[in-house]
Amino acid sequence: MQTTGLLKAGGLLYSRDLRLAFRRWEQVTQPVVFFLMVTTLFPLALSPEQAQLRQVAAGVVWVAALLSALLALEFMFRSDYEDGTLEQLVLSGQPLWWLALVKAFAHWTVSGLPLVVTSPLVAASLAVPTGAMMTVVASLLLGTGILSFLGAVGAGLTLGVRRGSVLLSLLVLPLTMPALIFGARAVDMAIMGDEPAGPLYLLGALFILSLTLGPFATSAALKVSME
Amino acid sequence: MLKGVDLDASPGEVVHVAGPNGTGKTTLLRVLAGLLPAEGGEVYWRGRSIRRDRDEYNAELAYLGHENALKGDLTAFENLHYGVGVRRDLSGTEIESTLDHLGILRCRDLPARVLSAGQRRRLAMSRILLLGATLWILDEPFTNLDVAGVGLFSTLIGDHAAAGGMALLAAHQGLDIPGIQPRLAELD
Repeated sequence: MQTTGLLKAGGLLYSRDLRLAFRRWEQVTQPVVFFLMVTTLFPLALSPEQAQLRQVAAGVVWVAALLSALLALEFMFRSDYEDGTLEQLVLSGQPLWWLALVKAFAHWTVSGLPLVVTSPLVAASLAVPTGAMMTVVASLLLGTGILSFLGAVGAGLTLGVRRGSVLLSLLVLPLTMPALIFGARAVDMAIMGDEPAGPLYLLGALFILSLTLGPFATSAALKVSME
Repeated sequence: MLKGVDLDASPGEVVHVAGPNGTGKTTLLRVLAGLLPAEGGEVYWRGRSIRRDRDEYNAELAYLGHENALKGDLTAFENLHYGVGVRRDLSGTEIESTLDHLGILRCRDLPARVLSAGQRRRLAMSRILLLGATLWILDEPFTNLDVAGVGLFSTLIGDHAAAGGMALLAAHQGLDIPGIQPRLAELD
């Protein structure tokens, strides 16, 4: 009997999670709809004045993206925990940190990537100049990644808690503050016409950190929650 | 919750963990599966503590809990394809013949959520069979099964033991396993 290799097991888990997500459309579209809604409200509430919108654009895009991604975070492990499939994954003989990494990546594909893809649209509606679009996309690509891999730890820890979403936000939001600061700063600098490389590099460093340490912390958190 | 429990099993043996509700049958099985750490004491597999050789132990273990561990939105076939696939390579025909064996082949392309409780239990048992593990830990495997289903599961457990495997199961009712007299471990 051939045991499944690491990559193949990861691929299977990834495709399983995507398939499950697409059979529950409303859950997939929720973050991106929220993102679009919040960012459309700002021009209506503030003023349609381009110069004024441009001033707040970086902050609005980033805060909205962060909160939308946070909305979906709770569901990363929840259903697997409730129907017992998480137990089976723990017992699968595959390293749990690897499975946690794959699940976080699948979660990002479903909830983070749509935000990245729609962000140029949102940025344009907030009068962000075309020259800054690449920075918006790049910063959100890293930022949503950070939130998924870092948030997985919180999602794992709060599994056993009923209505853990408030607790989850309290746990995860403070940890994402550095990403918010550097990300919004990068976009702001790009809008002003400056070179945004500095904060982007720092954001990249945060991403690497959460990608490499996050899965191990998540696997420990899951073990604690399942006892 | 449990104290002074001493239990062992050798190849070809079926151990029946019995006892009234709330005496810790599930707890015991979860500890044995390594899902719950024991406050004191150790679980050994092939003479080595399962805490030390987690992955080796897991590779030889098939666990069926109270929950069937099925995804309601996936079809019966997909549930096995993914659920067993993360552990070992398996072919579609293998899945189909197991589904047929368990009498649920016509549910192949139905989402698990529309199956009846008994059919879901049969599907969960298909996973146990397909995993090809040496040790089966089954928590109340007969829940929701009809008479034929109980007979079928008993035969499967008997076949597994006859092939040199071992099974630990918690059940309320007496066991009637063809060819094997289960050893009773009573909790109180």
